[in-house]
Amino acid sequence: MISQTAQSHPGRISLVKKLRENAQLQGLTLVSPTVIYLIFTMVCPLILVVIISFMTRGHYGDIIYQFTVANYSRLVDSLYLRILGYSLLTAAMTTLGTIFIGYPLAYYIARVPSRQRALYLFLILVPFWTNFIIRIYAWIMILRTEGLLNSFLQWLGIIHAPLEILYTPTAVLIGMVYEFLPFMILPLYTSLEKIEAAQLEAAADLGARPWRAFLRITLPLSLPGMTAGSILVFIPAMGMFVVPDLMGGAKTILVGNLIRNQFLTARDWPFGSAASMLLLVLTLIFTLFYVRRAGFGEELLV
Amino acid sequence: MTEFAVELRDVVKRFPNPGGGEVIAVNNVTLQIKNGEFFSLLGPSGCGKTTTLRMVAGFEWPTEGEIYINDQAMGRTPPFLRPVNTVFQSYALFQHMTIFQNVSFGLEMEKVPKPEIQERVEAALEMVQLIGMNSRKPKQLSGGQQQRIALARALVKRPAVLLLDEPLGALDLKLRKEMQLELKSLQEQVGITFIYVTHDQEEALTMSDRIAVMNKGSALQVGSPVEIYERPNCRFVADFIGETNILFGKVKALDRDKVWISLHKPSCDILGFPLRDFRPGQEVVVSIRPEKIRMIDNPTLGMGAAPNAPNCFPTRVIKTTYIGSDSRLMIDFGSDVHLIVWEQNRLSVIDPLAYYASGQELWVTILPENVLVMPQEESK
Repeated sequence: MISQTAQSHPGRISLVKKLRENAQLQGLTLVSPTVIYLIFTMVCPLILVVIISFMTRGHYGDIIYQFTVANYSRLVDSLYLRILGYSLLTAAMTTLGTIFIGYPLAYYIARVPSRQRALYLFLILVPFWTNFIIRIYAWIMILRTEGLLNSFLQWLGIIHAPLEILYTPTAVLIGMVYEFLPFMILPLYTSLEKIEAAQLEAAADLGARPWRAFLRITLPLSLPGMTAGSILVFIPAMGMFVVPDLMGGAKTILVGNLIRNQFLTARDWPFGSAASMLLLVLTLIFTLFYVRRAGFGEELLV
Repeated sequence: MTEFAVELRDVVKRFPNPGGGEVIAVNNVTLQIKNGEFFSLLGPSGCGKTTTLRMVAGFEWPTEGEIYINDQAMGRTPPFLRPVNTVFQSYALFQHMTIFQNVSFGLEMEKVPKPEIQERVEAALEMVQLIGMNSRKPKQLSGGQQQRIALARALVKRPAVLLLDEPLGALDLKLRKEMQLELKSLQEQVGITFIYVTHDQEEALTMSDRIAVMNKGSALQVGSPVEIYERPNCRFVADFIGETNILFGKVKALDRDKVWISLHKPSCDILGFPLRDFRPGQEVVVSIRPEKIRMIDNPTLGMGAAPNAPNCFPTRVIKTTYIGSDSRLMIDFGSDVHLIVWEQNRLSVIDPLAYYASGQELWVTILPENVLVMPQEESK
């Protein structure tokens, strides 16, 4: 039977055989869907953006294929540099905010019995069931002058005039921290959960009070999670434009808003592309610097 | 200095059961551990030995009773304030620190001056024979080396008592035997009280000055290795330490310092050594160690036995297993009762009569001192 099949489909049999014996070919087969997808959706668009960033804008927002570096020299303007600096600051503050708010929770979840852990991790992911924009509008309802927060504080008598939170940088930060919190909690939890209870018992046994044991054992061992979380928060926070748009009003412009405005409003694709490239390069530099300093993923544990 | 390094008085530890109710991990344990003693807590897993050790370390607090270290009641003193240090089963070395940082950690916490730290860490590492690895990380060391680091890290603090929780459990057999002897000589060298938790009875017998045998949260017997092995106070201890043959019977008569037992299966009489006071008619358990049973070809040839002498029985060999130094025999004692007998292979391999064959008819003789008679019920 087998030899008959082999005779009737010699080509197919040899391909199956080759695949069975060749580990490299197996690997290639497994990664190819992702690689092909990413070539079309990431590598090609990126190359296009690089090319367009060196082109000239036509009068009606079209692209004239004429080489120029004017888009880049335009970026070295105090206005754009300020936007860039402000974006860096906001992204950094967002990262710090998620660490300060997320760390205690991740620590707590890593310490409860394992059955409860699954529930808590599930609850952290529940907000993703709702569209992000809708959740931001919910925040607007809470923060605005006649919103829930102000009414509640006034009802308590703590304040007499409503606080101006919405459409300020504070509101942007609140929204950003809210949006990125799970991306910090999950990797932090993963590395905190890996710390054996015996490690902390050993520290206590050797004379370390709880706070010192935290600084010397828990904190260093959770650094890989903090690094991974910081990268997951910082990079998208640098390019975020929805939150500043909706919660920051017209006053807060981040580099993400700048890029979006260039493409959609000003219809200056070459300048938008140049700004995108700047954001990309800056993010890469910051990430590399951070990874060098703090290590990435498992590196610290080895 | 006080006589006892550690004392446990009526210590009880109950844990809440996740399914409701409570689990008693340690049930009314009273122990007195002398200064400079190598003391082992021996028992099967779940017997409460580790919980007992953890209560001494301060990781758990007793539900009832009190633990004294150097005559000081420990109450709810946290681990970092107790004069004891622990060697953990998993070693619990700090993976993100070097060997030097691991060993110096405890001294840093005490705020010992830097030069002294350097000195004491070097001395501790020398004591465990690990020099020149200061800047390596624990993962770069073998299991045996990690074990030594864990030991050095605890000993460098010069604790009053060193607590060891199955520290050799993860090592292979050969290394474990080496480390047993090394640990014992180290303990004699530093003179620190060791409390050693193990489920390995051979390990406990090899190293300990005294052993507490634990089961189901209770300390059944405390004594020297010889006492525990030769004069167990209950069936569990006899069964758990080493191998033994267990038979059941009834006290027939008292004979000076011995007792006559009439066995239920096979129905015969055996003269034994009573571990308690018994009265005639009482149901008892008889324990006979396999190496204490002598095999003889012909009882009429003397050799301290005769067919009508006490404890001399005709048997038949069922199975023999040759293990080099010994032959392990299973013999038919009658009525389907099988006994395990260990015979040392004293004779030369070329002597065909040196070894036993299955089916061979033989006599066995057992000294009454080695027939241990204990009560039917568990002693505690």
